[in-house]
Amino acid sequence: MSPQYLWFIPLLPFLGFLVNGTVGRRLPRAAVAGVALLFTGLSAVLVAWLWVTMKAANAPLSMSIASRPWITVPGFHVDFAFAVDHLTLIMLGVITGVGFLIHLYSVGYMAHEEGYWRFFAYLNLFMFFMLVLVLAESFLLLFVGWEGVGLASYLLIGFYFTKDSASNAGKKAFVVNRIGDFGFLLAMFLTIAHFGTLSFSRVFAQITAQPELHGGFLTAIALLLVLGAAGKSAQIPLYVWLPDAMEGPTPVSALIHAATMVTAGIYMVARSHVLFDRSPLALSVVAVIGATTAIFAACIGLVQNDIKRVLAYSTVSQLGYMFMGCGVAAYSAAVFHLMTHAFFKALLFLAAGSVIHSLSGEQDMRVMGGLRKRIPVTFWTMTVAVFAIAGFWPFAGFFSKDEILYQTFASNNPLAKVLWAVGVITAGLTSFYMFRLWFKTFFGAERFDEALLGQAAHAGAHPAGHDENQHPHSHGVHESPWVMLAPLVVLALLSIIGGWVGNPEALGGHNEIQHFLDPVFASTAHAEGALNADHVSHGLERGLAAVSLLVAALGLGFAYLFYYRKPGTLGAKSANSGLYRLVANKFYVDELYYFVIVKPLESGSNFLLENVVEQGVVNGSARALAFITRGGSNLTQRMQSGNIRSYAGWLAAGAAVVLFIMAVTSLHLR
Amino acid sequence: MVPIAYYLVLAAVLFCIGIGSFLIKRNIITIFMSIELMLNAVNLTFVAFAHQWKLVHGQIFVFFVMVVAAAEAAVGLAIIIAIFRARHTLNVDQINLMKN
Repeated sequence: MSPQYLWFIPLLPFLGFLVNGTVGRRLPRAAVAGVALLFTGLSAVLVAWLWVTMKAANAPLSMSIASRPWITVPGFHVDFAFAVDHLTLIMLGVITGVGFLIHLYSVGYMAHEEGYWRFFAYLNLFMFFMLVLVLAESFLLLFVGWEGVGLASYLLIGFYFTKDSASNAGKKAFVVNRIGDFGFLLAMFLTIAHFGTLSFSRVFAQITAQPELHGGFLTAIALLLVLGAAGKSAQIPLYVWLPDAMEGPTPVSALIHAATMVTAGIYMVARSHVLFDRSPLALSVVAVIGATTAIFAACIGLVQNDIKRVLAYSTVSQLGYMFMGCGVAAYSAAVFHLMTHAFFKALLFLAAGSVIHSLSGEQDMRVMGGLRKRIPVTFWTMTVAVFAIAGFWPFAGFFSKDEILYQTFASNNPLAKVLWAVGVITAGLTSFYMFRLWFKTFFGAERFDEALLGQAAHAGAHPAGHDENQHPHSHGVHESPWVMLAPLVVLALLSIIGGWVGNPEALGGHNEIQHFLDPVFASTAHAEGALNADHVSHGLERGLAAVSLLVAALGLGFAYLFYYRKPGTLGAKSANSGLYRLVANKFYVDELYYFVIVKPLESGSNFLLENVVEQGVVNGSARALAFITRGGSNLTQRMQSGNIRSYAGWLAAGAAVVLFIMAVTSLHLR
Repeated sequence: MVPIAYYLVLAAVLFCIGIGSFLIKRNIITIFMSIELMLNAVNLTFVAFAHQWKLVHGQIFVFFVMVVAAAEAAVGLAIIIAIFRARHTLNVDQINLMKN
């Protein structure tokens, strides 16, 4: 494939955005969906073609195209360039593949919504920016994609913009991301200051060429990048936007807030691994942030009742795993988990969407139950996803999660064992809350009232997600149409087999994905946080795998006990304890942020900006101007008396003054 | 030969008389006459300078001014007659319909 075709990969979805964004309003729904699917599909076909040709070429897989220079000033130069390597290829596959499936699903899911064209236009816009993000060959172009997906995310979270909670969630996501972007920007400035370029290849070549570079400003750049990544990938301390982002339509949660956009931070860290490898401190920070976020979010996920919120916190937690993987320099493991997570988490969200769809917009798990027989396809695909995320062999999640845990355990990081322990506990919690969701939704008594279904949602009691007004013809619990089920089945297959590309040698596989990514992360082998060769043994790997399997089984067991055998026992006893309330209120982090950051800013703005700047400077200057003008005109309006002779008098006086001045100045000149 | 200063001083005096009477007088006819006086004061300076520098431009300008003054007199007198018919007065202080 000629490199010139690379341009088309992002440009096709952009074309779809232009078509739907401009004339979509007047097109019939089928045409809107057709346009969106066609351009996304074409893009996916291009990626597949790219994959095939690059595989066939068997070359050291890298391809880049530089267009004309983009920004050129003395001492600094950036090309508008795309590049493809193994890492990009995986990202491209995930984005276009999962993206296409979710587009397909949305055709059914959004079928009754207002603003159909708007939804697909935004979705295509997102695809465009996300593809730019992963194809970019420089930090700057990556940043363009980075901001673009933020914009698309904002637009889609606030898709139901007439709902206060949705538009607020959009704003929150945007503002919190801005904090991260600030770090990213500073990192870019530092990079320019030290390397004079933002091109990945040139920056990394310079670092490689200077083996003595260690820590110092590299740590600073890396830490600032981590801040950016923490914003985009919803890590502590900037994770708060992601749970609220569930206000968007469910396909959006699946595509943007589970499968692709939120992994941009992990992609960015993996992409800049050359930089991170030189800074053990930054790597440790990444690992600690990841582990902390993983367990923290998993704890919150334990007690959520909104089905999408559980999944949201689970996403945050899984992203924490990926961060942890990056933090111990196990980048390929992190990218592997990114890929499998994209499969099973997109599946979880889509299946949850299907559940919500079948219940006409109901999201509260407390009023679900017993859906197993009513929506069998959704149930079985969801089951696959739940087993995958819980980490059961042979599902995808097992391989990737285990790879991260193993690499963490065996790494040289001084905290390796602690991180591993946190990871394993999180795995248990994950298993527990996912099976809790599974049992509560699909098993037990039917706790919903079929006759009231449409109305319960109409009352607006449930803050998030599926719009209230979209099912005017509620006809009880119903399985979703095939356009929604087909993506579920495909993703379920991927969730089963997707992990096998990373089957470790200890379990009789070849770990293809790691070898596939080796060329990208080759330099990492000698990094300080990386795998410690002394610790590597197949026996250890098998042992650790057994431990995590055991933990996952424990989670399943407890969930079975508390939510299937004796439902209600756990809830009744603990509901009033302080700990439960602490967790149920998400550790009061939102409240903490509100009082520590938002409130002072708000009062500061109210006092300083409102009273001093607004009243004093802005209004003051305007008032002063008005006062001067009014006073001046009060004086001068007396001249306009209507008396011709007074005008003539003024005229004569003026002429006399001019004459006088002329006479005086001409005297001077002489 | 009469020095040019004499002409200029005479013209300035005439012009000032013209301005003064224009400002002071209330009768429209008188005001009209004072305008003519000012114009002719200017004409006098033109002619004086034309004579001084032996150039014909000044005299040509005088002709232009006289033509304009004649046209102005024709129109102006017509307006004055129209006003007198309408208002029965020539006092400018009472011709103030446009005021306020």
